[in-house]
Parts: sequence; C-alpha cells; structure tokens
Amino acid sequence: MTEQTALKREFKVVGTRPLRPDGIDKVTGRAKFGADANAPGMLYGLILRSPHAHARIKSIDTSKAEKLQGVKAVVTRDDFKRPDRADLIDIWINVMARDKALYDGHAVAAVAATSKAVAREALRLIKVKYEVLPHVIDVDEAMKPDAPILHPDMRTEGVEPKPKKASNVAHRYEFGHGNIEKGFAEADIVIERSFKTEASHQGYIEPHACLASVGPDGQGDLWCCTQGHFMVRNACAGLLGIDVAKLRVTASEIGGGFGGKTTVFIEPVALALSRKANRPVKLVMSRNEVFRATGPTSSSSIDVKIGVKRNGRMTAARAELRYQGGAFSGSPVEFGAMTSFACYDLPNVQTIGHDVVTNRPKQVAYRAPGAPMAAFAVESVVDELAKKVGMNPLEFRLLNAARQGTKSSYGPTFGPIGLEATLERAKTHGHYSAPLGPNQGRGVACGFWFNFGGNTCVSLNIGEDGTVALTEGNPDIGGSRASLTMMAAEELGIPYEKVRTVIADTGALGYNEVTDGSRVTFAAGLATIKAARDAIKKMCGRAAKIWDIPEEAVVWENGHAKPAGPNAGTFKPLSLAELAAKASATGGPIAGHFEVNADGAGVSFATHMVDVEVDPDTGRVTVLRYTVFQDAGKAVHPSYVEGQFQGGAAQGVGWALNEEYVYGKDGRLQNPGFLDYRIPVASDLPMIDTVILEIPNPGHPYGVRGVGETSIVPPLAAIANAVSAAAGVRLTHLPMSPPRILKALMDHQRG
Amino acid sequence: MAKIVLWGSLKQAADGQTEIEMDATNVREVLDTLAERYPKLKPQLDRGVSVSIDGVMFRDAWFAPIKPDSEVYVLPRMAGG
Repeated sequence: MTEQTALKREFKVVGTRPLRPDGIDKVTGRAKFGADANAPGMLYGLILRSPHAHARIKSIDTSKAEKLQGVKAVVTRDDFKRPDRADLIDIWINVMARDKALYDGHAVAAVAATSKAVAREALRLIKVKYEVLPHVIDVDEAMKPDAPILHPDMRTEGVEPKPKKASNVAHRYEFGHGNIEKGFAEADIVIERSFKTEASHQGYIEPHACLASVGPDGQGDLWCCTQGHFMVRNACAGLLGIDVAKLRVTASEIGGGFGGKTTVFIEPVALALSRKANRPVKLVMSRNEVFRATGPTSSSSIDVKIGVKRNGRMTAARAELRYQGGAFSGSPVEFGAMTSFACYDLPNVQTIGHDVVTNRPKQVAYRAPGAPMAAFAVESVVDELAKKVGMNPLEFRLLNAARQGTKSSYGPTFGPIGLEATLERAKTHGHYSAPLGPNQGRGVACGFWFNFGGNTCVSLNIGEDGTVALTEGNPDIGGSRASLTMMAAEELGIPYEKVRTVIADTGALGYNEVTDGSRVTFAAGLATIKAARDAIKKMCGRAAKIWDIPEEAVVWENGHAKPAGPNAGTFKPLSLAELAAKASATGGPIAGHFEVNADGAGVSFATHMVDVEVDPDTGRVTVLRYTVFQDAGKAVHPSYVEGQFQGGAAQGVGWALNEEYVYGKDGRLQNPGFLDYRIPVASDLPMIDTVILEIPNPGHPYGVRGVGETSIVPPLAAIANAVSAAAGVRLTHLPMSPPRILKALMDHQRG
Repeated sequence: MAKIVLWGSLKQAADGQTEIEMDATNVREVLDTLAERYPKLKPQLDRGVSVSIDGVMFRDAWFAPIKPDSEVYVLPRMAGG
C-alpha cells in the first residue's frame, strides 16, 4: 500500500512495479555469485584459524605444509607488510593475526593448493605455537578494571585528562543538549531501566567468496561478492602495496550483505596467495568461518532513564550505552548514542556511549548500525511510561514526536520528516483495533536512521537502436538496478524495457562508495537522473543541428526533441531512437555522465506494530501479525520498498527472539552454523503488511529517501513491547528466547 | 560570523568548546579554521567528519556554502550498513 502526501510531479515509470531485471537469472540459477568464478589453472585457498579466544602466537612453522605435493603457496603474517594508511591498520591485523590471535577464528595462515583436499591436509601440517591468554567476551566484564586487556597501548579517547592506564574502552562519546538534571527535576514520573542485547549476525545466505589473480607484471584481477568493489580495490591495494589502477575488481551477484560485506576479509589473502603462487586462487568461506571470522553486530548493555509530566510530555531523557565491537575499536555506539532519542522532541537530553573491545570477531555494520539496540532500550521505557500516564502508546509518541523544526537529540534541526505521518497512519490502521486473544500482546515502536549519499559515478550510453545502457558502480543488494533503470526511463521518456543497467568493474567508472547507508537509490538515482539530463542536453543539441535552429529552442518531452519558442520553426519531433540512429552523422556517440559526492539524503522514520502470542508453558513466541509504516520519500519500485520493509522486520524478529552468539567458558563460539544459530524461516513469520508513506525528500529530484535500514530499527522494541504485554512482565534481555521468557515468567510469579 | 557547533567527541578535542564563532563561508573554511585553532582536532578532521548545514548532512563537501545565520554542526562521519 502506498500513500502519497505531498508529491506534485506525475510519474509514468517511477511508482510502477515492472519485472526485476535480475529475476530470471536468479530463479534459473544462471546468476553468477562469488563462488561461481573460475579460471584456468586455478588453485584452492584455505585459511588456518586460531582455536583460542586470546593467545600470543609464539611461532608458525609452515615448512611441512610447503613441502606437501600440490601446495603452491603458504602465507602468514610475514607476507603482509604494515600498510601506510592508518585506516587500514585494524583490517591488516584482522585479515592475518600479528603477534596475538584476538578471537576464536582469527586467521593465522593460509594455503593455496591444486585441490581442496591437499589444501586441507596442508593446514594440518602447519604448526602454530600459542601461549593462551585470559580472554573477555561480555561487554560489561570487559569494562571492569581487572579485565584482561586486549591492547596494552589502548587508552580511552574522549576522556579528559587522557587516561594513563590501558583499557578495553576505546572511546567515550557524549551527545545532548539542555539541562538534564533540571529536566528530571521537572518530571512527575521517572522510569529507569537496564537492557542487554546479544550479538547477531547479518545472516546473509551467500558466504564470502572470491577469485584472485595477480600476474608477474604486478597487475591483478579480483572477482568477489561484496557491497563495494571500489572499497575492496582500495583496501586490497593498500594492504598489498599494489597501485590502485593496477587492480581491477569485479563484483559478482550478491546473496545478501546487510552491511556485513562492507569490508574485506579473504580478498587480500587470496591476492597474496595468488601473487606468491603466480596462479589464480579461489577462496570461499564455510558457514563456520562466516560466523567465527566475519563481523556480526555488537552486543550491548544500555541504561535508559526518561522523565515525563503527568500529561505525558517528556521533560528529560538520558541513555548510557556500552557496545562491544569485537577485538577492535569502532563499534557503532556513537550512532547508537546519536539515534537513541532521535524520534522525540526533548528539551533536555544526554546520551553517553562507550566503545569497548572484547575477544570476539571485529563487528561489521548491520543495517542502521547501532540504532536497533538503542531503540529497543528507549522504546521499551517509552512503552512503560505511556502505560504509567494512562495514554495509548501511539498518542504518547505523537505528543512527544520530533517534527519539522525540532532540534534533534543529535544536534541539527529537522527539516520535513515523516515520523508523525507514520504514527497517525498506524492509529487508523485496522491492525491497531483488531482484537487480541489470551496470552497475546500488541507492541508498537518507532525508529530513525540518518541515511546518506556519498561518492557516485554513472554513465549512460545511448545505443544506435534507441535503447540505453546505464553503467553504475554499486552492487545491487536491494533492487538498485530496477530503480535506476526506472529513473533513467522516466527522465528520458522511454519505456523501462528499453534500458538495461549493468554494474561495471572498478576500471570503468570513478569511485563509487560502498552500497550502504541506504544510499544507492538516493545517490546513484540522483546521478542517473543527472546523467540522463546530460544525454538529453546532447540529444537536444543534435536535433538543433539537424533543424539548424539554436539549441535553446529545443525541449525534451516524452522521449522526443521538440522545437519550442517563437522562433524555433515547425519541425516533426525527433524521438530518442531517431536521434540515436543519426548519432554518427551528427557528431558521434551520445552519452551522459554524472559524478557527484551526493548530499541531502534525508532522514527516515518508521513505526512498527506487532502482535505476538507467548506460550506460558514453553516460553515460545509466535508472531501473529506485523505491520510496517515507513516514509520512503518516493517509492520508485514499491515492491522493492515493501521488500526492504519486510526484510528489516524479518531480521528484527530473529534478533529479538532467537539469534545470539553463544560462547563457551573457553571463549569459543558454540553455535557457528544455522542449525544452532537460528534465523527466522518462512514458517516463523506471518505475512508482513506494509504501508509506504511518501513525504518527499527535498534533496532528491524525485523526493527519494533511502529505505534499506530504518526498517530494522523498531522491530526489537516493538516485539519486546508485544511480548512484555503478552507475558505480563517486562523483558529486558534480547533475544527473548524460550528459556529467558520462562525465567522471566517464573521470577514474576515468585514476585 | 558563522556559529559552528562541535558535537559528540569533537568538543573534547576543542578544549571543551561547543560553540565556535568564525568567519567562514563554506565547509572548507570551517574545517581549516578548526584545525588551525584546535590542533588536537586535526586527526579527527583528517579521518573525516560530517557537517550538517541547516539540517542537511554533508560529507567531504568543501564548497557547500554557509550563510552567517546557518545552523552548522560538525558531527562524526556518517556510515551505514
């Protein structure tokens, strides 16, 4: 369902639901994913990983492995020189352990051999001497003064004076405005609670995979599944000392990323093996490796305190957030702190974030990184406060909602935003008034994400038959080929079927940032529209030449150049196909280009509503009904927008109810597989209903806002509010798996 | 004079200053002036920041114009998933 509020432009292609351009390839198995790349003479790579959570690597003996027949290369830390770029240091340590293994699964050595069997045998022949060190897994434990220290040189930044003692707290961040103490003093009711969330993985179905080929001339090619092949090129070039222009990276189709494929893990290792062996090397992660050695999101520990007047108006809010980001600094706690209260108009607000390191794999972005956990904690307290003051949860949120002109909790003043629209629509939706049965509960929650634009470069080539090839540089993780094709067709005034969009390799275009931040439909869409306008200008120029009239006297309408104005004369309009056919005679090929560092992405809000049933005997939760209300600015292809909304909700259901990294006392991950790490499957989910609201983004020609991330922000809280309502007890620890719910029920019964 | 608000961890590196007045007409002038007045800020500025001008977020946009009455926030660099 799409509901438009203020858009004036009439669209012909945008807003329709054409067939997806990658559909047939994907359902027939013809699409090429990361592991589908092959090359003549290819070797198979495998990585040896640390079995310890924290250990000093005293020595690595690869001599026996190197002598094994069929082994063509072995690499260790000695094959990776310290990069010059400061931003690559952590990645350098993460792709191959240096003096210490920092987590269970940390890469220690790698081999390339003529078969997987030989490579496996070679791994067994590598002898690593470890000195096992004390480890720490939990974020709160890691912050204690006597916790095992991961990095002896780490001093907490953001604290004055700078500490002299080493700590696992890498950074302290603080945001806010007003007078927090005065705000709480003005409140009639104050609720303060503590929450925990466990680490969840993005759960993409396609494991990381790549094929690397580096020749003796120093030129390299890499095929891989990634959210950003330009990022892969630049990171690998920096880690291996290769000129950027000499490394060409081609992105495969991608079987999910959700933020998890925005960095490199195996790609530099495959390149190093290929360079050493002088043969192409293919490296494909197992699911076990994906869980142990790529980046889940942070686990967190959060305290929230909110004060309200009896009339329900918030007077002050405070949150202290502690996120562990694995063995390296850079957890998304800063974004958690910035987004915590972004949905509310608060006179007094303070958020403090602690970025903590632990002996876990380095966290990587996961849709709206840092925001869902913060929203879980804040929206849980908001839910309690609404009950306490006797207001329904939507009215309570509307009373306190951020609007155009609200000074946001992270600083800037909001422009036109859609939070209020999502809440108002939720109020009138049939879901909200539907009856509930025994042991059932309904929860609502709101969420916010920034969205951004970034560096983008596209080319649009007019073919001689009047069809159009659009070349862009962002792996398609959520329907960007369809939406860019539609925007090109819309602007050029030709049918969708006349445009094909391809994702070019890194040699074909200028730098395109990673597909993240919900940026591609916004930024690459903007660039596509501008590239189309560039081509239109050129086509109008060709028509002007043919008619021998000034270029200014030609306009572009409905896919045709037309004479316009008092002195233009009368000529039969020339279609895009007619101009394309005459391109050679009128000046050569016609192409449009656009390069931009796009800004003005426009923030995004959503409200989610969910009904659940809790089995009091087993603690099992069944999700009965789910509705997403989100502002999309302008939904270019509504089916994809609905898919993004539904996907965020589905991943949120997993994070809220089941998904969890479980560690043993030895610091080793106990559930590195989909049997024991339980993501939701179709039978766990109801049909997720969606309502698309369209509050146009003034920063985009068609009003587009990114939609890929906001949809995962409210579900944890919405489901927790529903479960708490059904169970009659507040749940404060995710996931709300059956054992946790049973314990909460029993504790509640005991009083 | 434009009023620039430093946010989050940035204010610690600017000797605790939150609001800074300066003659700046674009983002580049803001960043250059901040680096000159507060050398401790330079590493963070070099790593990258976001600048919000009247509610619109910019990254690496040196020539984005700033009016004397603009609301300008220098914020941590935005990223996403």
